[in-house]
Amino acid sequence: MKGLSRREMWAGLAFVSPWIVGLGVFLLYPILASLYYSFCDYSVFREARPIGAANYVDLASDKLFWKSLLNTLYFAALSVPLGLILALALALLLNSGVRGLTIYRTIFFLPALVPMVALAVLWLWIFNGEYGVLNSALSSLGVPAPGWLTDPAWSKPALVLLSMWGVGYAMVIFLAGLQDVPVHLYEAADLDGASWLHKIRHVTLPMVSPVILFNGIMGIIGSLQYFAIPYIMTPNGQPARSAYFYAMYLYDNAFLYLKMGYASAMAWILFLIILCLTLLSLRLASRYVHYEGG
Amino acid sequence: MKARHPLSRAIVYILLLGGSFLFLFPLFWMISTSLKPVEETMALPPRWIPSSWQPDNYWKAVTHGSEILGYTPFLEYGKNTVLLCVLVVVGALISNSLIAYGFARLRWPGRDVLFGVTLATMMIPFPILMVPMFSLFRHLGWIGTFRPLWIPAWFGSAFNIFLLRQFFLTIPRELSDAAVVDGCSEFQVFRHIIVPLSKPALAVVALFQFLFTWNDFLGPLIYLTDQRMFTLSLGLQFYQSQHGGTEWHLLMAAATIIVLPVIILFFFTQRTFIQGVAVTGIKG
Repeated sequence: MKGLSRREMWAGLAFVSPWIVGLGVFLLYPILASLYYSFCDYSVFREARPIGAANYVDLASDKLFWKSLLNTLYFAALSVPLGLILALALALLLNSGVRGLTIYRTIFFLPALVPMVALAVLWLWIFNGEYGVLNSALSSLGVPAPGWLTDPAWSKPALVLLSMWGVGYAMVIFLAGLQDVPVHLYEAADLDGASWLHKIRHVTLPMVSPVILFNGIMGIIGSLQYFAIPYIMTPNGQPARSAYFYAMYLYDNAFLYLKMGYASAMAWILFLIILCLTLLSLRLASRYVHYEGG
Repeated sequence: MKARHPLSRAIVYILLLGGSFLFLFPLFWMISTSLKPVEETMALPPRWIPSSWQPDNYWKAVTHGSEILGYTPFLEYGKNTVLLCVLVVVGALISNSLIAYGFARLRWPGRDVLFGVTLATMMIPFPILMVPMFSLFRHLGWIGTFRPLWIPAWFGSAFNIFLLRQFFLTIPRELSDAAVVDGCSEFQVFRHIIVPLSKPALAVVALFQFLFTWNDFLGPLIYLTDQRMFTLSLGLQFYQSQHGGTEWHLLMAAATIIVLPVIILFFFTQRTFIQGVAVTGIKG
């Protein structure tokens, strides 16, 4: 028996060995190095030189840091809740016993498949101030057309709007959650004469609350790292840095100004923000989220 | 929850149709613009359907600048992207299935701790890894090559390991025990019992890895330096930053070229795809 378990141990380590290397080289080493660099003056071309907490101190008085952070929080605060509501609403519609469910599901999911760069280029065209289809539709309806990507007041709402187009992933996850809600709960509610709104509020929402939590946390993590779309659509955060996001400033620090220690400090602050918001969501969840059988 | 009342059913269908229009319109607009003559892209009010079809736009978009560059950029980008996708998908399938088997089916000291660490690393945002990875790859002389974009995939990734481990755990142990009694090695059990039974989960891993690589923008942006080696995503961004604001018909043609393969793949793998997305939500 001893021999067998020893053999099993070696076999186990052999199977896992690629990951032991991968975890060490591509995760644990970079994590530790990044923490060290965040306390250093570092550009790839020179050795890292420790400078204590100077990067963090400098960040505290860096106006662009605060601006990019606030822009990012603004974007997340709008796009995450609105995305959750839209995804859940679409999933509820799909789950109401419609004919052609798979066709509608495909239609709502397709935009989520569009590669980020193609999506950015396409929406640059749709939002275009002179020939854009959105503004010509708005003006034919008599609505004044905003300068979506040229007016600092509209650039973030424009990006929130286009993020609604990509709710397909969250919708599919919601739909799976809704399909798992036992029918007998609705039947019981029907017997009690519950209205549609009552059933949503007292059956559906509690039953899918773990899925709302999951999609919410995923949304927070994703939106705080928002990069490719604004990098292409609002280069340098134009107009007037109104669409300059945290990850863009981080990237610029690392690869444009070669302030890699500074960028690493930003990355750790980002991680702490994500961690705090995730823990906060989980805390809120312990009050509102209902786990079946748990 | 079913909508039974005729009025509420009508409302549901109106919302679905309206929503479908809004979700499909941008894609329709992309394709429609890509087939228009250039003057018509600037017509006011916009024309829905091109007055004369210009499939030529696609060829122009694909070969744009080839006289100056001496090669056909988008064909080159396409080749690069396909090559990377193949390398990443093959590597991810082999490595993650082996690793997940080690976690799911074999007992060895430290296994559960290591699995816990593996799950915890999913919390780490990419910007933390970005700078040290760049300097590591620079020391290795990999910047400006494809290596940073595919070699890491051959060493596993936390999410895929988790996904496959959960799946392997659902395969009855009796199947593999019987094989071991018959004298099969662990690798034979893995190869001839576990892998054939895990095709749906492996398909999900392959699909997601393909999509990630096809769509990835930040990775190529950081690691690639030579224009000839750009991927489609990076190439389209480069093209847009050079010619943006004028040649919308060509930009939309190039965008369509990048979008279409993904959509076609989706239609062929819809079931696997939707299940994969749903499973990540429920198990995650």
